[in-house]
Amino acid sequence: MSKKYDVIIIGAGISGCAVAWKLARYNLDILLLEKEADVATGTTKANTAIMHAGYNADPDKLKGRLNVKGNEEIREVSKKLNIPYKEIGSLVVGLEGDDLSVIDELYQKGLKNKVKNMEIVDRDWLFEHEPNISRDAVKALWAPTAGVITPWEAALAMAQNAVANGVEVKLQTAVEDVLTEEGKVVGVKTNQGDFAADYVVNSAGLYADEIAKMVGIEKINITPRKGEYYIYDHAKDFAVNHVVFPIPTPISKGIVVTPTVENNLLIGPTSENVESKTDLATTKEGLKEVYEGAKKLYPDLDLRDTIRVFAGLRAADDTEDFVIEAAENVKGFVNVAGIQSPGLASSTAIAGYTADILRDEGLTLSEKKNYIETREEPVRFYEMTNKERAKMVDQNKEYGQIICRCETVSYKEILDAINSPVGARTVNAVKRRTRAGAGRCQAGFCGPRVVDILAQELGIDPTEVKQEEGNSQILEYKIKQLLGSRVMGNA
Amino acid sequence: MLNLKKDLVVIGGGPAGLAAAKKAYDEGIEDVMILERDFELGGILPQCIHNGFGLHYFKEELTGPEYAQRFINDVKERNIEIKLDTMVLDVTKDRKVYAMNKKEGFLEIEAGAVVLAMGCRERTSGAIGIPGTRPAGVITAGTAQRYTNIEGFVPGDEVVILGSGDIGLIMARRMKLEGADVKAVCELLPYTGGLTRNVVQCLEDYDIPLMLNHTVTAIKGEGRLEAVEISEVDENLKPIPATAKTIKADTLLLSVGLIPENELSKKADVVLDDRTGGPIVNEGRETNIEGIFACGNVLHVHDLVDWVTEESQIAGAHAAKYIKNSFAKTNKCVDVKAGENVSYVIPQKIELEAGDRKKIPLYMRVSTPLTAVDINLYADGEKLYSFSEPFAKPGEMISVPLAQKTLDDLDNLNEIKVEIIEKEGE
Repeated sequence: MSKKYDVIIIGAGISGCAVAWKLARYNLDILLLEKEADVATGTTKANTAIMHAGYNADPDKLKGRLNVKGNEEIREVSKKLNIPYKEIGSLVVGLEGDDLSVIDELYQKGLKNKVKNMEIVDRDWLFEHEPNISRDAVKALWAPTAGVITPWEAALAMAQNAVANGVEVKLQTAVEDVLTEEGKVVGVKTNQGDFAADYVVNSAGLYADEIAKMVGIEKINITPRKGEYYIYDHAKDFAVNHVVFPIPTPISKGIVVTPTVENNLLIGPTSENVESKTDLATTKEGLKEVYEGAKKLYPDLDLRDTIRVFAGLRAADDTEDFVIEAAENVKGFVNVAGIQSPGLASSTAIAGYTADILRDEGLTLSEKKNYIETREEPVRFYEMTNKERAKMVDQNKEYGQIICRCETVSYKEILDAINSPVGARTVNAVKRRTRAGAGRCQAGFCGPRVVDILAQELGIDPTEVKQEEGNSQILEYKIKQLLGSRVMGNA
Repeated sequence: MLNLKKDLVVIGGGPAGLAAAKKAYDEGIEDVMILERDFELGGILPQCIHNGFGLHYFKEELTGPEYAQRFINDVKERNIEIKLDTMVLDVTKDRKVYAMNKKEGFLEIEAGAVVLAMGCRERTSGAIGIPGTRPAGVITAGTAQRYTNIEGFVPGDEVVILGSGDIGLIMARRMKLEGADVKAVCELLPYTGGLTRNVVQCLEDYDIPLMLNHTVTAIKGEGRLEAVEISEVDENLKPIPATAKTIKADTLLLSVGLIPENELSKKADVVLDDRTGGPIVNEGRETNIEGIFACGNVLHVHDLVDWVTEESQIAGAHAAKYIKNSFAKTNKCVDVKAGENVSYVIPQKIELEAGDRKKIPLYMRVSTPLTAVDINLYADGEKLYSFSEPFAKPGEMISVPLAQKTLDDLDNLNEIKVEIIEKEGE
């Protein structure tokens, strides 16, 4: 077995990365394990990217307790870690014919959860601040503390800060068993060997129930709940200024219309339980539901300038609440499961709550002397003025070559994405870090360049470069190779 | 930051930019600069290694690289300044061009005139919202062409192609020649989007099935593409669920349309035409912004590069006139309108002084395939004259000249309209 870690965290989605970031400030040996080739490739990469204000979460549930805390913490954390975050506020819009009493109920629930600065606004306010909103709008709950964030960048920033503070991250390392001795955790068995630890945190997202079963915990049951989306080019000329919700139903917050941090318009999600934890397929019916739902709030919205459809899976526990607790039957095992909405908004609070549990379970949390609080801001050409770009290019000419024309991503940014801590190993990992390929041509032009740069920097052949996971190679053959094999086969 | 001043800045070193720069030079403007974002000139032509280029313009059959090389040579002989690997980030309406490259860094160029020649991009799977997963192996036909003909890789060996645009047809043959099993070309519409000669030479000659009225209704596979579901569509182009069948494939190439790349044009407040996706221009290919011209696929998507060359010479010549101050507009503007069965006409307006009116060809596309047609021109509602054609296809551009009499009479007109209709009784 390996050296003994104090804590092993299973799963590098937003929750696992947040726990790693939180614990990295203490004198602990920490190992963060992820089965895929990058952090944030599960639920974290495909969701609505919202920092909910906290009026929707049930005050009696853990969700209600952690949402507002996470929302308040993100302001400072996003600055320290340089995570793109915009506090644009949210609206729950009631239309004629809707049950408008829900707006007052949400307002009351928000007061209970201590959501700040909420207001109920009338149609005149709405027409002024959301000029494209349906003329059937009657009133809305305005929560100015809600915001939008880049979820994978949040996870990456936390992972990178954790690494700067000594946390080890192992990618493509799948946990096959949790090892126990005499009712106590001693480590994990993975496809890359065994790792010893006193404490194991289970933040395996969709697979948290399977990891829990490894130590005999049966009560967690994760149902993948699919959400489908359309995303638009940021050049689309259609103003949406807030995160805009319809009146929620008992099981879903409904089809949301929102700008992302990068000003892409995003509409979705559906909410449908599915059988498979790998079923990320969009469906004709789902996409139709998304579009029709968005049209109710914004009747003038069309599907021109959509650049991608996608689906994500929420990791919903049967309790419909976060399940963050120490195992009763095994010492040293802590579940961070059932993290669905508002999981992203609650992530730092989830991490704090988890740290408290670990301390209660006997883990010593003594603060490091030389703890690094910040993460250096990655250069983001797409959000710079020409003057700022000129300055960067003066400093380093490698910024002068633009690889992704749609999102204005330079060669140097792609090199940095590959060569920085928790570096990109796949085309999608480069896309998440830099936005290369995230634009209107969807990597039609920059795709070949990115494949080439990845191959060069990683010292592999372009036919080995993957889009994401598994057998997702972009190119299968060198020129004439396929033809050669066919000719040989025929001979 | 490097500050430069140029009489003419041409954005894009593809066939449009090359022809415009050459023409402007030959009209007396020697201070010309071409800004090209790729590592070589020629635009999309270097990856178009098939033949069929130049039949109209050079009266001989060339490959894409050969066609491009003739213009590259012409531009180099004239010592026109070329900046490769240079990305233009911004163009303002007072003709300041901001660009960047690795060698010189940030450039600010004050231009006497600007020719927009940025070309077009391909419509993607996301843009048409095909349901299913998002595996590797789903790429646009043009990207596959670049991988194959420039980078030296073959994306996969079991191929389905969606869309029968020219690049899709060309790539069907190209993948076949590389040893791939090209299982089908699916086309949503009841007719192909590409040139007839490409249907014959790329599909029929290689026994590649063309499935009209068919589309891809699902993409399957988690890592790499595993299969696509295709379905027949009804007369409203809606898939018929009972006809769905699954085809095993590791590669899906998309040839579902081209979109003029006008993000830069918009930054300069250039007004675009909803139908073409390109700028609204006058007969000199000048946009609504004085001194900013547009030509090639950034203006409207062409079927043949020969027409791109012809159009770009018009833009180059007028940009030269503009720089020499011999470019004058009349006080009024004649609108050119697309009538029945015409999806668009270029130019959208005629507004230059009579001295410039030696020849004004109108370029157009028909909106639906028709046989035995009359192309009718009207001036302020009155029929001027007709041209007859055996057929008209949306995939093939139509060009008709304005008669000298009409040109002479333009000052008294407000509107010219073109319609394309099938002859009665045939």
